[in-house]
Amino acid sequence: MPDSQATTQVSTLEHEAHNPALVHQFADAQQQKDAASLGMWLFLVTEIMFFGGMFCAYLIYRLMYFNAFAAGSQQLNIGLGAFNTAVLIVSSVTVVLAVKAAEAGKRKLLVAYLVVTVLLGLTFLVVKGFEYREKFEKHHVPGSTFQFTDTFDDNGKKIPVDPKEAELFFSLYFAMTGMHALHMIIGCGLFTGLAILAWRGHYTPGYFTPIENGGLYWHLVDIIWIYLFPLLYLISRHS
Amino acid sequence: MASTAIPANQTPQLNYLNNGHTIKSWLLTTDHKRIALLYLVSVSIFFFLGGVFAMLIRLELLTPEGDLLSADNYNKAFTQHGMIMVFFFLIPVVPAVLGNFLVPLMVGAKDLAFPRINLLSWYLYIAGGALFLHCMLNGGVDTGWTFYSPFATEYTNTRIVEAGLAVFLAGFSSIFTGLNFIVTIHRMRAPGLTWDRLPLFIWANYATALIMILGTPVIAITIVLVAVERLFHLGIFDPKLGGDPLLFQHLFWFYSHPAVYIMILPSMGVISELITCFSRKRVFGYKFVALSSIAIAVIGFLVWAHHMFVAGISLYAAMIFSFLTFFVGVPSAVKIFNWTATLYKGSISYATPMLYAFGFIGLFTIGGLTGLMLATLGIDVHVTDTYFVVAHFHYVMVGGVLMGYLGGMHFWWPKITGRMYPEAWAKLSALFVFVGFNLTFFPQFILGYVGMPRRYWQYPPEFQVLNVLSTAGASVLAVGYLLPMIYLLWSLRYGPIAGDNPWNAAGLEWKTTSPPPTLNFEQTPVVTWEAYNYDEIPDKELEAPVAR
Repeated sequence: MPDSQATTQVSTLEHEAHNPALVHQFADAQQQKDAASLGMWLFLVTEIMFFGGMFCAYLIYRLMYFNAFAAGSQQLNIGLGAFNTAVLIVSSVTVVLAVKAAEAGKRKLLVAYLVVTVLLGLTFLVVKGFEYREKFEKHHVPGSTFQFTDTFDDNGKKIPVDPKEAELFFSLYFAMTGMHALHMIIGCGLFTGLAILAWRGHYTPGYFTPIENGGLYWHLVDIIWIYLFPLLYLISRHS
Repeated sequence: MASTAIPANQTPQLNYLNNGHTIKSWLLTTDHKRIALLYLVSVSIFFFLGGVFAMLIRLELLTPEGDLLSADNYNKAFTQHGMIMVFFFLIPVVPAVLGNFLVPLMVGAKDLAFPRINLLSWYLYIAGGALFLHCMLNGGVDTGWTFYSPFATEYTNTRIVEAGLAVFLAGFSSIFTGLNFIVTIHRMRAPGLTWDRLPLFIWANYATALIMILGTPVIAITIVLVAVERLFHLGIFDPKLGGDPLLFQHLFWFYSHPAVYIMILPSMGVISELITCFSRKRVFGYKFVALSSIAIAVIGFLVWAHHMFVAGISLYAAMIFSFLTFFVGVPSAVKIFNWTATLYKGSISYATPMLYAFGFIGLFTIGGLTGLMLATLGIDVHVTDTYFVVAHFHYVMVGGVLMGYLGGMHFWWPKITGRMYPEAWAKLSALFVFVGFNLTFFPQFILGYVGMPRRYWQYPPEFQVLNVLSTAGASVLAVGYLLPMIYLLWSLRYGPIAGDNPWNAAGLEWKTTSPPPTLNFEQTPVVTWEAYNYDEIPDKELEAPVAR
């Protein structure tokens, strides 16, 4: 029975005696930790399938309307996008450091890293907000006010673009980055809660599964952005 | 009948049913057995509602003229029927009721891995159901349960966004159930319970859970995109705005075809338990039956575009999907053949659950074989959107799923409640269900083949005879479904006390008391035997307190 850690009744009583975090349905702390970790990984799988639907739509329309997608992409603010990518990569590092601090039982350090992670997440969201504002100002928000003028490639040649097709690019841009931002907001809330519990001394070197699992979530949301950034911002910028 | 009342010297022991009687102890319970009962009550209500809409459809089709319902109301009736039955009954019914109750018992665990998430899943289901009822009472939806774009995203004036959100919520309830099952089966099996000792019901629910967590998120995002398109007029699926309506169909069926396997696989797991118990034999080819569930789940993900043969996909894509659809028939046939081989030289008894198991094998075989007909490109073009398709999927989804569910309900009723159901009434209702079902849906094969299209409220007069037969069958079927609702409730109070193992069945769930205690087992069981070791269980069935 390589993957089921269930043991007999005797060991249950032994563990219950000195582990208040152990809930009743598990035989021991190891089984509880393994179950929580597997549950989180499965949840991440559902998240990937969730975003997968949008990635699928994106790829199909990018094949159908490549010129419009390239032209739309060139209207995105690559500077802010790159800055945000860097912010998220740094936040992933602070998450790793937070898990390490939890493992070592350094409570104040753990809280500090969690707080820094939340601040980085908020930075990302604020920058994203400025990007969205730019889209409103340039009338790149899909809907009745949408406007898109022809663009020119690097050699000054005009790229003919159907505004309907460009609107589709921005529809997907808002759907994908919006859904990602929603996950960032949830992540910031989650990490604020973890920081509060960590401050109260909820986590010990023997029990910090929520920090690990929260970290897994944060990494996944980062990775989704790592894919969104080149797909949305870097189309046809190779020359 | 061996015993009809509790012996006077024996006080009822503490079990999950009498451990707390307040409303709060039910609505805030984290006990998987109580959550299973919450689900039982709620899916039964939705089944009843969906059934009312089915009867409306059948009554309208009694005559060729559209005289009972207007065209618009007929559209709403079949949409409501489809959405309720698919999303609020068939998908949750076996996993959330029988699976919730049995998975921890069968693996020898105290509960599912995440009991609070399990409760959350029920509340999400209720939230989705309540929202859907709200839609229904305020105009309903008229797009069919498939809400194809651009009709659903642009043209209909009915409540697509709310109905979509309702399905979204029910979908997350299903994801959480699946997640709980996979973690529980991986991490919480009792000592000695290796993968090749697991009951086949567990294998079937494991395969189901895989589809739930891999497929459901895709329908969730599709619904979000439909809602966003409808609310903000983005052109994701609408061809007028540059979108691709075929993309909607691909995304929709990427979930909704595997969803058929979410419905049927757990019922197949039930049938494996019933066939072995009532023929007193080990299942023939355990590993093949177990792995065929996984094979169905995996191949089932690769066949979705057979719903789109006439929608404008390329011929080469259609050929590949046609081939893969034939291919998914292989593991399904493995199950049917292995069940019949299990019967060979078994000592078969004909209690009600076994009658349902036989019904399942017959009806699923017809449903499956007509599925192969539909996988053939030429025939599919001929019968697309006719009653042939309607009859086919009802043979699988009603003939298959409901036979398995009712068989399982009767089989485990003594474990769930501690009481036996009345055997004579149960056999009678099983007969009603089988006869009524065939009378309802077999004429529809013929109707479809000679050209009656689905989803119309009127039809040419020459189709009337078969439609009258079908409506008559639906009435018989309705009696067959209402009877268990009545006598099972009756048995709660007046049924004979069942004892811990009235069927003398193998499986860990029968080794604890009936009803089980809150933590399932007095002591964590240690498993040293293979599944279905009926050759090692003395056949003392005659002395068991079975109502005759």
